[in-house]
Amino acid sequence: MASQAAEAAPEKFGQDMSQGSAPDAVTVRFAGDSGDGMQLTGGQFTLSTALAGNDLATFPDFPAEIRAPQGTLFGVSAFQINFGSRRINTAGDAPDVLVAMNPAALKVNLEALKPGGLIIADTGEFTKRNLDKAKYDRNPLEDGSLAKWDLLAFDISELTVEAVKPFGLGRKDALRSKNMWTLGLALWMFDRPREPIHQWLREKFRSKPDIADANIAALDAGHAYGETAELAGPLQQLHIPPVESAPGLYKTVTGAESISLGLVAGAQLAELPMFFGGYPITPASAILHHLSRLKEFGVTTFQAEDEIAAICAAIGASYAGQLGVTSSSGPGIALKTEAMGLAIMTELPLVIVNSQRGGPSTGLPTKTEQSDLYQAVYGRNGDAPMPVIAARSPSDAFECAIEACRIAVQYMTPVMLLTDGYIANAAEPWKVPDPADFAPFPAKFLEQKNAGDNLLPYARDENGKRPWIKPGTPGLMHRIGGIEKAQGTGHIDYSPANHQAMTDARAAKISGVAVPDQDVALGSTSGKLAVVGWGSTYGPIHQAVGRARRRGMDVSHIHVRHIWPLPANLGELLRAYDNVLVPEMNTGQFKTVLRDQYLVDARPLTKTSGQPFSIAELEEAIGTYFDGIAGNEGGEVPVNDTQLPSPEAMNP
Amino acid sequence: MNAPVKIETSLKDWETDQEVRWCPGCGDYAILKAVQRTLPQIGADPANTVFISGIGCSSRFPYYMETYGFHTIHGRAPAVATGVKLANPDLDIWLVTGDGDGLSIGGNHMMHVLRRNVDMQIMLFNNEIYGLTKGQASPTSREGTRSPSSPLGSVDHPANPCAFALGSGARFVARGFDVSKKLPEVLIAAHAHKGAAFIEIFQNCIVYNKDVFDDFAAPKGAEERQLWLENGEPMLFGSEKTGGVRGLALDPAGPGLNVVTVEAGDWQAAGVLVHDVTNRAIAHMLAELPFGPFPMALGVLYDDPRPTFEAAVAEERRRASEGKVASLAKLLAKGQTWTVDGTAPDPI
Repeated sequence: MASQAAEAAPEKFGQDMSQGSAPDAVTVRFAGDSGDGMQLTGGQFTLSTALAGNDLATFPDFPAEIRAPQGTLFGVSAFQINFGSRRINTAGDAPDVLVAMNPAALKVNLEALKPGGLIIADTGEFTKRNLDKAKYDRNPLEDGSLAKWDLLAFDISELTVEAVKPFGLGRKDALRSKNMWTLGLALWMFDRPREPIHQWLREKFRSKPDIADANIAALDAGHAYGETAELAGPLQQLHIPPVESAPGLYKTVTGAESISLGLVAGAQLAELPMFFGGYPITPASAILHHLSRLKEFGVTTFQAEDEIAAICAAIGASYAGQLGVTSSSGPGIALKTEAMGLAIMTELPLVIVNSQRGGPSTGLPTKTEQSDLYQAVYGRNGDAPMPVIAARSPSDAFECAIEACRIAVQYMTPVMLLTDGYIANAAEPWKVPDPADFAPFPAKFLEQKNAGDNLLPYARDENGKRPWIKPGTPGLMHRIGGIEKAQGTGHIDYSPANHQAMTDARAAKISGVAVPDQDVALGSTSGKLAVVGWGSTYGPIHQAVGRARRRGMDVSHIHVRHIWPLPANLGELLRAYDNVLVPEMNTGQFKTVLRDQYLVDARPLTKTSGQPFSIAELEEAIGTYFDGIAGNEGGEVPVNDTQLPSPEAMNP
Repeated sequence: MNAPVKIETSLKDWETDQEVRWCPGCGDYAILKAVQRTLPQIGADPANTVFISGIGCSSRFPYYMETYGFHTIHGRAPAVATGVKLANPDLDIWLVTGDGDGLSIGGNHMMHVLRRNVDMQIMLFNNEIYGLTKGQASPTSREGTRSPSSPLGSVDHPANPCAFALGSGARFVARGFDVSKKLPEVLIAAHAHKGAAFIEIFQNCIVYNKDVFDDFAAPKGAEERQLWLENGEPMLFGSEKTGGVRGLALDPAGPGLNVVTVEAGDWQAAGVLVHDVTNRAIAHMLAELPFGPFPMALGVLYDDPRPTFEAAVAEERRRASEGKVASLAKLLAKGQTWTVDGTAPDPI
């Protein structure tokens, strides 16, 4: 925890390295104006890190505004990466290095920086005007207020302009390469090859070779600066050796990418063309963007007039025999709710991806939260059961997407796949899977009457599933709809006994969905404390539980993928622990589900700051179960000072 | 889409075993019969025909057609139908909606299905009232309509369905009414049009808005009050018996139409317009003719096809796939990758 660390003498960044032992993990945060290209810098640094064989996790954090006014506190965009020679599960709590491209970026991110951490600042941007915009009375680079950190301040702007001079760009255009200069410096700091970035720049600016050359020159100049300025104070080179990983082919993926790939794989395993209905919404749009480039895989993407049309068109496509998929975020999912009921009632396969963000209403479009769990499990009119699956990381999202497709097709039901803004945007290394490792689940269509001379569109098989009948099939004409239907025939039927029977049948089908037994991610199958998570809290919980166990605490980590129906053994498993703590980025929604289903005393640990949990705050919460203070278990997490505060909070 | 094979059927083949549950005397019965009469005439195949509806009295229609049918949710039928058509362009889709379903809660989807030009026949049953919810004023109810939700008379201005359709970019717009003998002809023309074909069908709600269309739909005086449009034919109405033949002519004072009297059958001398179904400007005028001073324009107001959405989507997919092998393994391994050698398994 930062407060405790601050009491100890700050260990300067790079100090241990000068004594010959590199740290096993480093966290770097690039921060600048939203127009400074920090996400691009972070993305390319991530790639070079992955290519160097380090494990990594990233956390892009950017404002909802596309181009907020330059230099302002609310226009700050940041990209954090944690990488190391050991297994990395989170984007890191407090950064070791902060790159601040302007005063606002420094102000917003400074408090997160580890004491003793390194600040790299561009003095060229610390003008009176920019200091005013960042609400600094005095220049922090000069007034000694940064004493507890290492400061490396120099005129990156001017050095960039100088470096790209041969290309005859105007000053404004020249300054656009600042981020590449900075990236060059970062590449030098962590001993990374420049060649992959050169290649990427040449590719990106294929039609503008001058721009590519200017950016390459800026990158090289940043790198050269590191080499020649090596003796200049805190700037030292650090080599982080590769992590030990299972052999195989790797690449980095974001959650949005892996979900898109998983959906394509799922449709192939079901042997169905995919129809994807979407409507632009942050942070879900990336899935629509990815899939719209995969048409050769039998994917039709349809950007609908609204969220309702997006899901309705997907339902129409499923009705006609394709795998309908729709995707959105909380507010859009709310709009789709009635149509989900239609898919439940007509018993058609459908996958609904919810990239959760802070809510309610418009909420925090670019920030992460897990507050749509009630909406996913319970949020429909009528008794409307629907399977819900939650992905825990960008790479896990691939398998979850396949699993969602499998359940949808095998049970003729809509399935909701929960992810969140963090998973959607964050990148991590991914061992490229072999499609042959996944068992196919080919869809079957009814081709002839299923009851002698009669057709029963709502006859059920041993799984409670009705047949899938494509319009166009000769002799099987029938009608379906959202109105209650008679068992078997599907004719309109409001009679009391029928509605009771159909409600029961729909519920039984979903509760009977085959879900693998719950395993324990870390620790043992019983003990003093189980920390039960779901979704993107996997990384920090896993690390925190790991650290607590190393300190001798009897704590285990359980991470639930199948939110509905829950794994059959989960109740029994939870009862084997003295305490159950459920950390969630909401006000305690999964906790409620667990209490309801199992009557266990699950305790909430909640956080709704739009930021992921830090390892430190989870460790602290786990610690309360072992300090002997009764009633000190769980509770609400204060917004942690190692976390990035929201720019809006800084500048209301 | 391949040219569909014409199938021999009779009206009976299109009836389901379900008891029709509209109010006795409802205009919907007449429309149902007109459709069941039309489909054999166009050689439609029941197995290839899909009726898709929203919510409301009209939207029960699919249950009474021995075809594939999908009774969806309120207002959303155009969106569902778009998905069905994109997934299988060979299906012949009939959309059934009403004035509330299609122009109020589903107005947005109606606009976009017309704009995109998804090939289907859209039958909007306009009874100027919400029937299934017991008689509230609808977006097509005339000003002053007294209803449970507007006991003092509705104060909002009604929408004009055909003008809405044209404004949305529809390439086929027609009008008919429930008991009209000419309704099948209109439906046949709509079916022949490749693309979204919008048909407003005035429908008598005998319980909540009885005979509201009698001013032009009643048999008595029909000749005077109905202008049945025929492509290539002069826009004539009335007869010598009813006080003279009249026609529509361009207003010499500016863009607009006038009613002119035709003397001795010489409509050309009177300047009567010849209906050209591809004339969009005239179609707008016909859709907006104020009833009273003018007759009700019926039949095909506008018919000028352009390429359909589903064809464009299929073509886009074909182009995007050209020369590409869809290998999932290759897709997964695409991008900048690295290989980890060695055999050490990875402990967490």
